[in-house]
Amino acid sequence: MAVKVIIPTPLRAYTGKRESVDVQAATVGEALSAVTTQFSDLKKHLFSDDGRLRSFVNVYVNDEDIRYLQKDQTSVKAGDTISIVPSIAGGARD
Amino acid sequence: MATKTGVPVAAPGDGRPDAKLSKEEVLRYSRHLIMPEVGMEGQLKLKQARVLCIGTGGLGAPLGLYLAAAGVGQIGLVDFDVVDFTNLQRQVLFGTSDVGRPKITAAADRLRNLNPEIRIDAIEERLSSENALELFRDYDIIVDGTDNFPTRYLVNDACVLLGKPNVYGSIFRFEGQITVFGYPDGPCYRCLYPEPPPPGLVPSCAEGGVLGVLPGIVGTIQAAETLKLIIGKGQPLVGRLLLFDALGMKFRELKLRKNPDCPVCGENRTLTKLIDYAEFCGIRGEEAPSTVTNIPEITARELKARLDRGDDIYVLDVREPHEYQICNIHGHLIPLGELPQRVHELDSSREIVAHCKSGKRSAQAVEFLQKAGFRKISNLKGGILAWSDEVDPSVPKY
Repeated sequence: MAVKVIIPTPLRAYTGKRESVDVQAATVGEALSAVTTQFSDLKKHLFSDDGRLRSFVNVYVNDEDIRYLQKDQTSVKAGDTISIVPSIAGGARD
Repeated sequence: MATKTGVPVAAPGDGRPDAKLSKEEVLRYSRHLIMPEVGMEGQLKLKQARVLCIGTGGLGAPLGLYLAAAGVGQIGLVDFDVVDFTNLQRQVLFGTSDVGRPKITAAADRLRNLNPEIRIDAIEERLSSENALELFRDYDIIVDGTDNFPTRYLVNDACVLLGKPNVYGSIFRFEGQITVFGYPDGPCYRCLYPEPPPPGLVPSCAEGGVLGVLPGIVGTIQAAETLKLIIGKGQPLVGRLLLFDALGMKFRELKLRKNPDCPVCGENRTLTKLIDYAEFCGIRGEEAPSTVTNIPEITARELKARLDRGDDIYVLDVREPHEYQICNIHGHLIPLGELPQRVHELDSSREIVAHCKSGKRSAQAVEFLQKAGFRKISNLKGGILAWSDEVDPSVPKY
């Protein structure tokens, strides 16, 4: 299935500034694996050393959080959008 | 007593202003009064509302201006910073003549001038686990416009413990996130992100930059949500995370769910009081980096003296090309991220001094090059900022 993975601003430094990456995948896990294979520097920003998704990064299929679906086993269909949404803190100063 | 949307309104005799408008106030708020969604009822709710704004920077500026203009009766401002020149690009509460003044004083003056009918509480304090609950207690709604993870978790936990809504906005470069946490039965910040990123993994605005108008848009959305919560109209951003991308000029919305296992708002909560948020966010570890201690350093004055003497020193600038355009000291530019691929461009037999803006990135570069076998290498202490201070004041600081 062709799905689009949207890369958030803070992580675009690791995807050659690309805003989204199109990959072939049947599950969220496969899609993220395809993206991190293509852009290996992205991997440590998404996954901890034991391969788990980092707790300050959330992943959505369309507008649903995969933590409340089947996590990385969540299936995707053609045309779905996967969003990576990391925690950002900027605001008041600097 | 609660409104339809769950935000407490005035209880008689708790020091709130009278539930009536003067002739001057009727004139001032007439564009609110003539629209049915606000009307006299809504305007009186605004007058009796108490909102606490954490931070008077990029987000707090439009927020404070619109809340004051709208007639929110009591606005608390918490900040401990001083206005500097780099703030003026986006912190529209301040003018050039405010540089050097405490933000809280400049902000309070500006808001009192905008609307003398309301009360401004200028709280010049650093928000902490010791004072947060006491400060928050007097207000109906807390608006989070801070710039760091420890304060974000502190604001969240204090709001959840006190049962107060937390109007959240955060920004990075040209992207923003906005939602309302801490609402009855709604999710909190920890439901969204149980833990902060480790220090250094996510760049701050100081490193990453921010489009000046972005906090204006995000802070204005926070103001709109705050006003809606007070008047009890419309659909609040509860359980919805609004993402804004100023470059693509796109808004997207994601569903936010209450995490049943959340440590602060879940069914089996384990957090029942405020904690040490610097420790929670791992900040202490960052302040005492162990790796930097064995990195050889050279001061800007020393480097200048040695270059003047004609010593053969190769100056390596590891910043980004757009930073090089702002100012440079004629170093050879290889951005830190490209160093592994371009290390062959360097001659390990020559003496190398690496520099960046402040010395942090170049310390990483020196560490990397040491591991790659370079021996005659040192780090310019304090970076190009120190060069500007100690050697050549014509080099602009940024």
